[in-house]
Amino acid sequence: MDARGSARTIYRESLPILLVSLCGGIFAGVVLGTPAMRNGLETYPGLLLALPAFLATRGNVYGALGARIASGLHQGLLDPHIAWDRRLVNAVVAAVLNGVGISAFVAVASWSILAVQPGRSPASLFALLGILLLASVLTACVMVVGLLSVVFAGYRRGADPDNLIGPVVTTLGDVFGVVFLAIAVALVGVIA
Amino acid sequence: MSDAPATRVDAWSIESIVRTMAPLLLVLSLLEMGSGIVLESFEETYLANPTLLVLVPVMIGMGGNLGAIVAARLSTQLHLGTLSFDPRTPALRASILAVLGLAVTVFSVLGVVVYAIGHAMGSPMALATLMTISLVSGLSLAVVAIVLGVLVTYVSYRRGYDPDDVTIPVVTNACDILGVVIFSAVVLVVL
Repeated sequence: MDARGSARTIYRESLPILLVSLCGGIFAGVVLGTPAMRNGLETYPGLLLALPAFLATRGNVYGALGARIASGLHQGLLDPHIAWDRRLVNAVVAAVLNGVGISAFVAVASWSILAVQPGRSPASLFALLGILLLASVLTACVMVVGLLSVVFAGYRRGADPDNLIGPVVTTLGDVFGVVFLAIAVALVGVIA
Repeated sequence: MSDAPATRVDAWSIESIVRTMAPLLLVLSLLEMGSGIVLESFEETYLANPTLLVLVPVMIGMGGNLGAIVAARLSTQLHLGTLSFDPRTPALRASILAVLGLAVTVFSVLGVVVYAIGHAMGSPMALATLMTISLVSGLSLAVVAIVLGVLVTYVSYRRGYDPDDVTIPVVTNACDILGVVIFSAVVLVVL
């Protein structure tokens, strides 16, 4: 096949997924640009520093969970239903532990990075930890339920779960990551 | 034979999953914080121009998507034994053309949509400025995704790593990190 023809095939196959991911990203951007969220970024220095790591770890943690579930389905180790199966429960618990743990690490690291810079002072460690932990726990619930539902439903209808995971994880992660970050900022603002 | 099920369940134990993932996650999140430092140092610009803030999540994520397309295609060709790193071969040229075309489409749509959103949010920016920022960052990112995709596949091929395990995560994360850096650099030059 000539380069131009197969380039067109790759373009057509990839464009829909990229556009879905674009919509998720723009939605997340709109939430980030709201006055409430801008206010939060100003009130809690260190939050913008943590943002890329917070969003990216969603992709890595739940992408890995998705890949594990896909392999489990392909190998016949898992049934395509949400059930109290030991393997499934372990995989989900491990992913949530990783997701919440890494968010705590990101909060502490962002706080430390700003604290050691002369002339910069981070928000209180308590506030940054509270916001990121709350946001990561809330995101975990949506990511686990969303990922399992889409992958299992897709698999039962004959779709290869490997093709579903990437777009589901990026889109859910972007949209709910930032929404729950905004909610967490509001909640911590009330408490602190 | 008798210990096979035990080993299988073991790979699915909470401890083993957390132990395999945690070191990788720590390193990746530290690297991501590099782009966070860049983002934070431009905080005043972004807070003063909320329209630019709308672009940030797409700039964090889209580089990785483009890089994953290149890396996934090269890895498949590697498995099939049809891979060549010569840019004149049709397969590689097709991937490069496709990614450039996708970047032009996606970042043009982004520029126009964010222009409209900026008006609705009450902090309008000129269409020409937004299109320049979106397309210049997006196309630079696409070129970086292509170069990294080819480079990392080549290195993992030389070292005998499974490209599926190595190439896609490395390229995706590297492109995500560079997305914010490229975007901030372009904003600095254009504004």
